[in-house]
Parts: sequence; C-alpha cells; structure tokens
Amino acid sequence: MSDITRDDVAHLARLARLAVSDAELDMFSGQIDAIVDTVSRVGEIPDDVPPTAQVVPQTNVLRPDTEEPCLRRDVALAEAPAAEEGRFRVPRILGEEL
Amino acid sequence: MTATIDAAPYTVEEVCERFDPVMGLEVHVELNTATKMFCGCANAFGAEPNTNICPVCLGLPGSLPRLNGTAVESAIKIGLALNCQVRERSGFARKNYFYPDMPKNFQISQYEDPIVFDGYLDVPLDDGTTWRVEIERAHMEEDTGKSLHIGGATGRIHGADHSLLDYNRAGVPLIEIVTKPIVGAGVRAPEVARAYVTALRDVLRGLGVSDVRMDQGSMRCDANVSLKPKDTEAFGTRTETKNVNSLRSVERAVRYEMGRHAGVLLSGGTVTQETRHFDEQSGTTSAGRPKETFADYRFFPEPDLPPLEPSRDWVETLRAGLPERPWERRARIQTDWGLSDEELRDLVNADALDLVADTVDAGAPPEAARSWWVSYLAQQANTAGVTLPELAITPAQVARVVALVADGTLTNKLARQVVDGVLAGEGEPDEVVTGRGLAVVSDESALTAAVDEALAAQPDIAEKIRAGKTKAAGAIVGAVMKATRGQADAARVQELVLERCR
Amino acid sequence: MSDTQRSGAGAASGSELISLDAAELARRIHAREVSSVDVTRAHLERIEAVDGPAESGVHAFLHLDAEGALAAAEAADRAIADGAPASPLAGVPVALKDNLTTTDMPTTAASRILEGWRPPYDATVVARLRAAGLVPLGKTNLDEFAMGSSTENSAFGPSRNPWDLTRIPGGSGGGSSSAVAAGESPLALGSDTGGSIRQPGAVTGTVGVKPTYGTVSRYGLIAFSSSLDQIGPCARSVLDAALLHEVIGGQDANDQTSVSAPLPPVVEAAQAGARGDLSGVRIGIVTEFSGEGYQPGVLGAFTDAVRTLGELGAEVVEVSCPSFTYALPAYYLIAPSEASSNLARFDAMRYGLRVGDDGEHAADEVMSLTREAGFGAEVKRRIMIGTHALSAGSYDALYGKAQKARTLIVRDFTAAFETCDVLISPTTPTTAFPIGERADDPLAMYLADLCTIPSNLAGNAALSVPCGLSADDGLPVGLQIMAPALADDRAYRVAAAYEVARGPGAGPRIPELRALETTR
Ligand SMILES: [Zn+2]
Repeated sequence: MSDITRDDVAHLARLARLAVSDAELDMFSGQIDAIVDTVSRVGEIPDDVPPTAQVVPQTNVLRPDTEEPCLRRDVALAEAPAAEEGRFRVPRILGEEL
Repeated sequence: MTATIDAAPYTVEEVCERFDPVMGLEVHVELNTATKMFCGCANAFGAEPNTNICPVCLGLPGSLPRLNGTAVESAIKIGLALNCQVRERSGFARKNYFYPDMPKNFQISQYEDPIVFDGYLDVPLDDGTTWRVEIERAHMEEDTGKSLHIGGATGRIHGADHSLLDYNRAGVPLIEIVTKPIVGAGVRAPEVARAYVTALRDVLRGLGVSDVRMDQGSMRCDANVSLKPKDTEAFGTRTETKNVNSLRSVERAVRYEMGRHAGVLLSGGTVTQETRHFDEQSGTTSAGRPKETFADYRFFPEPDLPPLEPSRDWVETLRAGLPERPWERRARIQTDWGLSDEELRDLVNADALDLVADTVDAGAPPEAARSWWVSYLAQQANTAGVTLPELAITPAQVARVVALVADGTLTNKLARQVVDGVLAGEGEPDEVVTGRGLAVVSDESALTAAVDEALAAQPDIAEKIRAGKTKAAGAIVGAVMKATRGQADAARVQELVLERCR
Repeated sequence: MSDTQRSGAGAASGSELISLDAAELARRIHAREVSSVDVTRAHLERIEAVDGPAESGVHAFLHLDAEGALAAAEAADRAIADGAPASPLAGVPVALKDNLTTTDMPTTAASRILEGWRPPYDATVVARLRAAGLVPLGKTNLDEFAMGSSTENSAFGPSRNPWDLTRIPGGSGGGSSSAVAAGESPLALGSDTGGSIRQPGAVTGTVGVKPTYGTVSRYGLIAFSSSLDQIGPCARSVLDAALLHEVIGGQDANDQTSVSAPLPPVVEAAQAGARGDLSGVRIGIVTEFSGEGYQPGVLGAFTDAVRTLGELGAEVVEVSCPSFTYALPAYYLIAPSEASSNLARFDAMRYGLRVGDDGEHAADEVMSLTREAGFGAEVKRRIMIGTHALSAGSYDALYGKAQKARTLIVRDFTAAFETCDVLISPTTPTTAFPIGERADDPLAMYLADLCTIPSNLAGNAALSVPCGLSADDGLPVGLQIMAPALADDRAYRVAAAYEVARGPGAGPRIPELRALETTR
C-alpha cells in the first residue's frame, strides 16, 4: 500500500485549509490511501523519460505593456463577503507582518 | 520598548576574530512597467485602494494570466547588466501558500529555471577598491496586495480585530535578485552589503527599469547572515532579516546580526533559523516566525503560461542597448569635466549628476552647468522643499540660460531672474527675457544718451574725470545702471563714460 | 429574402422544433419560416415540461434565463429581418455548462462555495456565442468543479439520463449532455478535462467534441486542471457540433495557451464526411481499450461500427498504445495536483461563501471552515491527493512520474498517427450506470474515463459520436474518434461519414422520458 495514514491525511487537510471532521478523516484516509496506491503505478516509468508539463506548441507569448480598463471598484466589492472603506474586509490575519 | 535583551554584544571586529561572516542578499525590485505582470491594470503607486484591479489580478475564477512583454525585457536587461547568462528555455511555476493578500493563494514565480542566472557585480567600496558579488539568479514574479490591520494598538497585525485588503499592488511585476553566499568579507561584510545594494540600485536606475525607491518599497532587501567558526568548513545557521528599508539599514542590520549571532554562539547557545525584522529606530532585529518546519510551497510548472525561449537576436539587441554602468559613467564624467572627488561626490549626493550631464549634452560648458545646479538651483529646491530633479526647470532650459549669459544677452544677475521666471511657470527662458524685459541694454546710442545725461546731471564729477581722476567714473556708472534698471553691461558703461570725457 | 418565406411553414409544432438539428433550425430561422423567439419558446416549454423537479426530472439546468433568452432571440430575429444575421447559427438556442462565466447569470461550478456568484465578465466562448447571435438559455449542471463522471457530485443534486431517469447522464458535463439529449436545447457547451464532454455524449446518445488543446480559449472557464481543460461543443449531430465549434474556436489574447494556428476546417470536414466516402482513410483500433471491464453490449456496438467504417471504404487496422495503461494513474495525479492549486483561491476573502466570520475566528480559520463547508467530498479528496502529489516528499515519485507518463502517451500517439489518420475506441467501457451505483467507490467511478483520458494528456482532438444501442441494456453507446493535434477536421470527417451510414436506426434521437412519469 501507499502508506497514507490518517495523520498524513490530517496534515494534508491542514495544508489545504480544509477543516475536515473526524468522520471524514476516517473515510478519506482509506480512500486516499487506495487511490494513491493505484496511481503510484507511474513509479514504474524509467527516470530518464523527460517530463511533459504542458502541450502548448508555442513559446514567447507576450502581451504589449499597454493599460487596459480595470474593474470598477464597486463591481469588484459587490461580490465580497464584507467590504469597508473601498477595501475587502477579512477576519484578523495571524502570522508575520509582511 | 525597543531596548532588547539581545542587543548585539560584539563589534564586527570582535566577531571576526572568531568567525567568518557569510551573507546572502535577496533583493526584490518592482519594475516600473506601465501595467502589471499578468494583466493590463496600471502599475501605479499610491492610487485609491482597489482601483487598479481586474479579474486577473483579483484571481477571479476563470481568469488567466497574460505575460507582460516589457517585464520580460526588463528581466533580461537586468540579467545582462549583472553579467548573467540568459536561459535558453525558462518558464513560470506556482508557489503555493495561503495568505489573504495573495488573491489566487499561489504566486506565479520562477523556480528551477529562472530567466537569468550565474552572474556577478563588481561593487565599488568606499576605499576605491571593488568587491565582486556573485549573482545566483534573477527571476520574475508577482507582488502581493496590501493589508491594513484595524483595531488593536498601532495598526499592527498583533491585536488587530480585522483587516482590510487593497489589491492594487497584487500582480505588480517583481524581479528577485539573489546573490550566491558572500564569503571572506570579514569585518567589511556590513559595508559590502550596503555597497552591493547601492551598486545594484544604481545599475537598475541606469537601466530605467525601476524607480528603486527603498522608502516606497519598490526596492526591498532581505539579508541572510550566518557565522562560520574560523576552524570549520560548514556554514552556520542563518537568519533572514526583512524590513530593511534603506541603504544604511542594510549595513546596520548585517552588523547587528553578526554581533547577535556571535553573542548567542559564544555563550554556548545555538542560532535559531528564523525570519527577523529590522527596527529602523533601534537598529536592532527581532524574531519573526520561526522556520522550524520547512515551508513546502509545492512548486509545479504554471500550466497557463507557455515557456520563454528568448532568441539570440532578441538578447543581443537588448545587450547592445545597455547603458554604461553608473560608476564607469561617473569615472568618465569626472575625467571629462575635470572634477575633484569631492565635487563629484557633491553632485551625486545632490542627485544632480544626471541633470548636469543632460545640461552639458544640451550645449552648456560643464563648469557653468555644474555651478547652476549645485548653487542657485539647489538653493531654490531647498527653499521650495523639493528635490533637484523635481524642480520645474529642465536641463535644456538651464543650458539656454547659460548660452544667453555667454552671448552677453544676460548678466548673471539677470540670468537668475530668468531662472526664477522659468520656475514660476512663465515659459521658456527666451519668453521670460521678453516678458520681463530683462535683456541687457546694448543699444549704443541709448546707452550714450544715458551716459551724457548722467554727466550733465553731475558736472563736478564729470570735471574730475576729465581731469584724469578716472576712479570718479564709478559714480556715473552707478547712475547709468540705476537709470537702466541694471540691464546695462557695467563694463561697457565704464568705457563709454571715459570716452565721453576724453 | 421574404419571398422565400412560405406561409404556414412557421406553424411547426413545439415538439417538432425541439427535435430539429441546429443546422435545420438555423436554416428555418434565417429563411424566416420560424422565428428565433418561437424556437426559443419551444425549448423553454420543453425545459418547463421535463427538467424539473430537481428530485426526479432531467435536472439539466441549474439556472434558466427565460427573459434573457427571449431578448436575445428577439435581437437575432431583428438582425435576420434586416438581412444581417450575425452568424450561420444566429437565433439558435444554446445551453452553457455552469463553469463558464456569464455576466447575466450566476456561475457556480455546481459548488456551494460559489453559490450565487455573479462574475463581472463573460468567458471568451460566451462572448463569442453572444456576438454570433446564439441564444443562451441557461446554465447546466455538472459535477462540482467538473470533478466526476456522473454529475452526482453536483452540490445541487444530480442530472438524469433522458434514456432512463434512474441512470447517470455522464459527467462532468451531464447537464449539457442531458439537455441536448432531452430536446431541452439543440446545442450546449461543455468542458473536457478527462472526458467530461465525450463520456456524457456517449451515455446520452449525443455528439461531444474535445477540440485540440489550445484551439478554444479557456478564458472564463473555471479551471479544474489547466493543462488538460478544453471547452467543446455538445450537439445531436456531427455537423451541429462543427458549426458550434467554429463559433467558439480560434486564438484569444486573453488565453496565452491558445494557439495561433488557424482553426481546422471542421464544418467543411463534416460536410465532406457526410458524402459517405472514407476510401483512403486509415483507421486504427486502439487494442488496449477492450477486454476485461468492457460491457459486452458496448463492444458489440463498437464492432458493428468498425464494420460500418470498413464498408465506407476506410482501411481499419489494429494499433497498440501500451503507455495508455498509464493514462488513468497519470491523470489522477496531474488533475488533482493542478486542481489543488486552482481551487486554492476559494478562500472566503474576496467572493463566494464565507463561514465562521464571528469575530473569534482568524482569517486562516475562516478559510478552512469555509472550504470545509463549501466543497463536496470528491473535491476535498482530489485537493488532498493533489496536495500530497506535489509535496516535497512525493513530488518525484508521483507528480514527476505522471509528467513522464504524459511524455510516453504523447509518443504512443505520435507513433500511431504515423500509420493511421485517426484512432478509434469505445468512448467509455460501459453504458450509463444507475445513479448511486459508484457514488461511494471513487476508483470505480474513475474507470468511466479510461478511454478518453489519453487525448487530454496528449492534447490531441477527440470526439464521441453515437454508435447505436447496447444489445444488453438498450442504452446508447459512443464511438470515440481521436485525431492528431490541429487535425480535428479528420475526426469530424470520419464521424460525419459514420453518422450517415449508421442512419437514424440507432434509436430515437430524443428518447421517450421513460422513468419520468413513474417517478413523478
Ligand atoms: Zn489586473
């Protein structure tokens, strides 16, 4: 098996900002373990095969540096869960000052 | 408040008796493109909050990034100016982490294949020598929005009860320039750090790719410092000091961290790998988030942007257009203009070098151009409370004033009045001359008439002059200058007085 | 023009109008035999009759915009009266998968986290439909964020297969496929990341096309897996799909992965194919896509289709693409990885749902509570799998290897297309399965996309065309036709030829809604 434990899934949920319940953890850990076990088959592929990340046949697609119309602020803020003083209002932010 | 128990207990000299400092400098530079990195919103500092945003930089569902060609050119130019190689094939990657000021909760950056890599910058030090700083890489990425913390004490994050987000800055193009470890600088490490950031700022300003204003955040420096005991090979644990917002602070932050690390190590402790914040006021650093857990950003190739493969022609065209390096240009100018070291330094410090050079390019002799900018114009700027470059007069206008003095149209005194007129918005120098009627009176018959009039008004003095007492002519010259409101050429008046009394 | 308008021709009944192909509807509307308003009204009435209730009807639509549709139809009629129809499809109704942004309708991607969201911009394909004078009826159901093969993962309840309302209509684009199959709309747009247009097309007896990656702009498509996602047409005929394909396709400055190459001439190819001659065309059967796990009735219908293609003059050979066996595992690593990043933006800060903002919880906690409440189980599962696959400790073994698998799959396609003009397979191993059958078994569900995934990983063109009914359950079977990148026209040509040869005998175009009466 792929050895994905319940703790691993709890860690993944934290990383992914999902406040999963204990019942969900029970369900997900079995499922994710089985899925990861199945998809791990790609491990058979030799290391010397080059990767393909994209199938776009072109390069150097660039935009001219010219200004375009922006969104109106009231339109942007209309969809916000909360707004104040022309800004998006969010709960207090923990963490370092950037 | 700022007094802290870990005030650095050792001077750099003391530190370097036992340790070799190792530095790594990461500089973020905001490009001064017209638009953002991945959308057509204006890249402008100081706009009303959330007025330069669109579906792309707000990370709305369904939106896609569109790479700014000028930003890519700027990145390549920076690389070339830093003697870097340009990667034949590079691309973008997503750096994944959650933070409210980052609309997509990932930052589009470059990871394993930065656009330019492996360069160096020869940095001039105060004693005239240079120090080669090796450049690891420079890569493109996007800036985050800004948060305002409401409630709590001072708008700081701690104790705030909510925050307000402005995404105007989100998506502004950034170039991150990373040095290789700087080793062997010893006691000069703090100076090298400052000199490097100074030189980098000057190079970038010369390229015209960024405003490089540390005070406005368009240039930001993170300083990594560690100490290696002299008898070992392995580097010590490093700290990363952020919030270093001036050139002087770069030097102070490195000096402080060197001393602090030595204090920890010599008292038998271990340095914690962490982010530290520099405090401008106290000149000390304080601990930020400890990095005990390795941050896993889960980089992977950005699927929404095709790769970059700058052609040789493109790169060589950009290389051919690179300006002289600022200190090479300064050295050339010093020789060409015959300046002393002190005169040159004054020009640089007054931010006047470019202005003087442009004035010279517009036809003025170097000495006259320099004299205008460092004396009269500097005084006017000082009075008005603006910087020299902000003064409302162009180098071309100054050059014209210099030319008007040289051809005798203006005296120096009149020239200053013309400059005043230009500064007051009265138009070009010639328009001010006409508008204010400031040209030197050079009509010989008018001048002769004025002289005759003055002699007639003071016959006793006229008699003395005729008797050979030429010194008495001064009074007549004074009277004539007064009558012409100073617009006559005093030397010519003197000649005329003597002529008429012969 | 008005002299071609025959009196009485406009009297076509609503039931006739909803059974007509888009091409025929367009012909009649442009000839002013019938108005776009009448056609639109007929479809709105059909929707009214069969789409609800959500618990037992077809439930193809999450949002209807009758008023907007009628206004667009009136505008199309005016333009046609002025002799200036905006495009060959002007006046024809169309349904939009609800992961395409629309300024005049909410866009939810069938997720609670976006419930009620009003985008401030139209997706490029939506803007192009509007500019071409088509009439958007509403937004169709899907598996949440297009993650699924049955629409059972929709936060707003599943859509149902018009052939048997107890069965799934495929996924993720089951709303679009069932709307087209049920006569609720002649045309629809879908998005195909691993088969989300083709597999629903196969199980509902409709045509579904995944164009070459990069030939239809993704701007305004709520991203699931950006390197795989591709928007494409759903229709009841190959020509209709081609006509819609030409409206939405072509380069777009708003999508830098959209290709500069001209769009392949798909309408021309569909018309040429309809002449029924495939001589000189080499068709490769992908041998990996048969055997264990394939329903006998599906293989039977496929074998019949192969015979038909031979009768049309094509040379049919077998080709092996051994790396295709890596496609499913590679897909279920790459798609979740990209999704884990694409869906990170749903964090309750700027738009959409917010849960737990009570003054106590910090922003980070509100993010986690909102995402927990707003995402369904399959979405959470994939986000966590993707987060795992990209983590430093497993990147090389999982995501990295999946990228290598992708290279091998591209190589297999390249080799196969050196000897074959197109490749074929069943679109999906089974016919529509009963709702609920695989809901608790993600791995069984993933098998529905076995045959469709390789073309997403390689980026080439592929479509599904109905190939009769399965002998064992009487449900529709799809024939998948794959063509090289930028050779979409080849697939259209073969599909159109097959469609003519197959004839309408494959079963009623619009099925009787068998279970509808009994479940009501
Ligand atoms: Zn923007």
